[in-house]
Amino acid sequence: MSEEQITRPNVPLGTGVENLEAQFEERIARDEKIEPKDWMPEKYRQTHIRQMSQHAHSEIVGMLPEGNWITRAPSLRRKVALLAKVQDEAGHGLYLYSACETLGISRDELYEQLHSGKAKYSSIFNYPTVTWADMGAIGWLVDGAAIINQVPLCNTSFGPYARAMVRVCKEESFHQRQGYEIMIKLANGTPEQKDMAQDALNRWWWPSLMMLGPTDAESVHTEQSMKWKLKRKSNDELRQQFVDQTVPQADLIGLTIPDPDLKWNEERGSYDFGAIDWDEFWQVVKGHGPMNKERMKARVDAWEGGAWVRDAAMAHAAKNAERKEKEAV
Amino acid sequence: MSTKNWPLWEVFVRSKNGLEHRHFGSLHAADAEMALENARDVYTRRNEGISIWVVESKNITASNPEHNGEMFEPAQDKVYRHPTFYELPDEVKYM
Repeated sequence: MSEEQITRPNVPLGTGVENLEAQFEERIARDEKIEPKDWMPEKYRQTHIRQMSQHAHSEIVGMLPEGNWITRAPSLRRKVALLAKVQDEAGHGLYLYSACETLGISRDELYEQLHSGKAKYSSIFNYPTVTWADMGAIGWLVDGAAIINQVPLCNTSFGPYARAMVRVCKEESFHQRQGYEIMIKLANGTPEQKDMAQDALNRWWWPSLMMLGPTDAESVHTEQSMKWKLKRKSNDELRQQFVDQTVPQADLIGLTIPDPDLKWNEERGSYDFGAIDWDEFWQVVKGHGPMNKERMKARVDAWEGGAWVRDAAMAHAAKNAERKEKEAV
Repeated sequence: MSTKNWPLWEVFVRSKNGLEHRHFGSLHAADAEMALENARDVYTRRNEGISIWVVESKNITASNPEHNGEMFEPAQDKVYRHPTFYELPDEVKYM
């Protein structure tokens, strides 16, 4: 769909855009939902397309690190669970793409933005999954951090996004549990298995903390996003919540958080934790993570390799429609 | 590369008998049959439904929220369509 084809509601005559914007902000402040055909400031539309598509892309790319282990899952129970989780991620990507398309951008444009590198996805998926324990760590930590990010979005101002997130959140909690269960099993296993679990925690801990976004001081979109209820808590608050909830879970299964500065702060009623290596974060965001190239290559290959299937399906549909028409005559 | 994109479909699911079909979301599919199968995989992975409708999105005509005034205003001053408009003696408990 080209820019010209996007049908936008007409702005009523004699109403200044500033006035409309003020009314719009008031509606959101009153907790009214915004639906796709409602008038909205262009910046609201663009911000939502950016955030929702990034979210959808993360679900889609997020299948790759785990897909890596489906065929090598250690038992049928683990295999069906991992398969179901990866299928959910495909589903979540599709809910979010559909919700994003209601803003007048086509699926093809969204894919094009991902494949060309114009759109981002969560940087955490640019780390490799080298052992089975990584499946545990991803479910426990990465999905754990994702849930903390996503739950407030169930109340966000844009209706289609909020509805998609309600469904995503309902389905996501099994993801975290299946990951933690993998970690429990390994942590209670042979010394080698426990080492494997600890090693996975060591590698995934810091990227999981980074996943909750730049510090408040560095976060450029926070203020606007708070106003539009795309955010309810700041990145640093969410990160603190994640640390506070996860540390006791690690203690419980005898694993050690790889942070020498981690310490309970009685006064704050929270854990203090060490400095995050933001250089690493920005390096990965800019495309220099260990797996950026592989992830994008796998994604683009799948899309291009599937083109003939999509074309064949359309040809089949056209032929069927023609046949039905002939029969009707 | 694909020359023609799969059209968009709207998905409606009845979660159990006795309830109406409700809009669940949308998806892309080459034809109605594929739309039904995709809808099953995307929107009912956990027994959320017992019946699915799919409608190609272009076939839906929607009202424009900019015209909500003239569209819905006529109903606003007709309070006599509501039971609370009518006064009853206190003695009448159920009506």
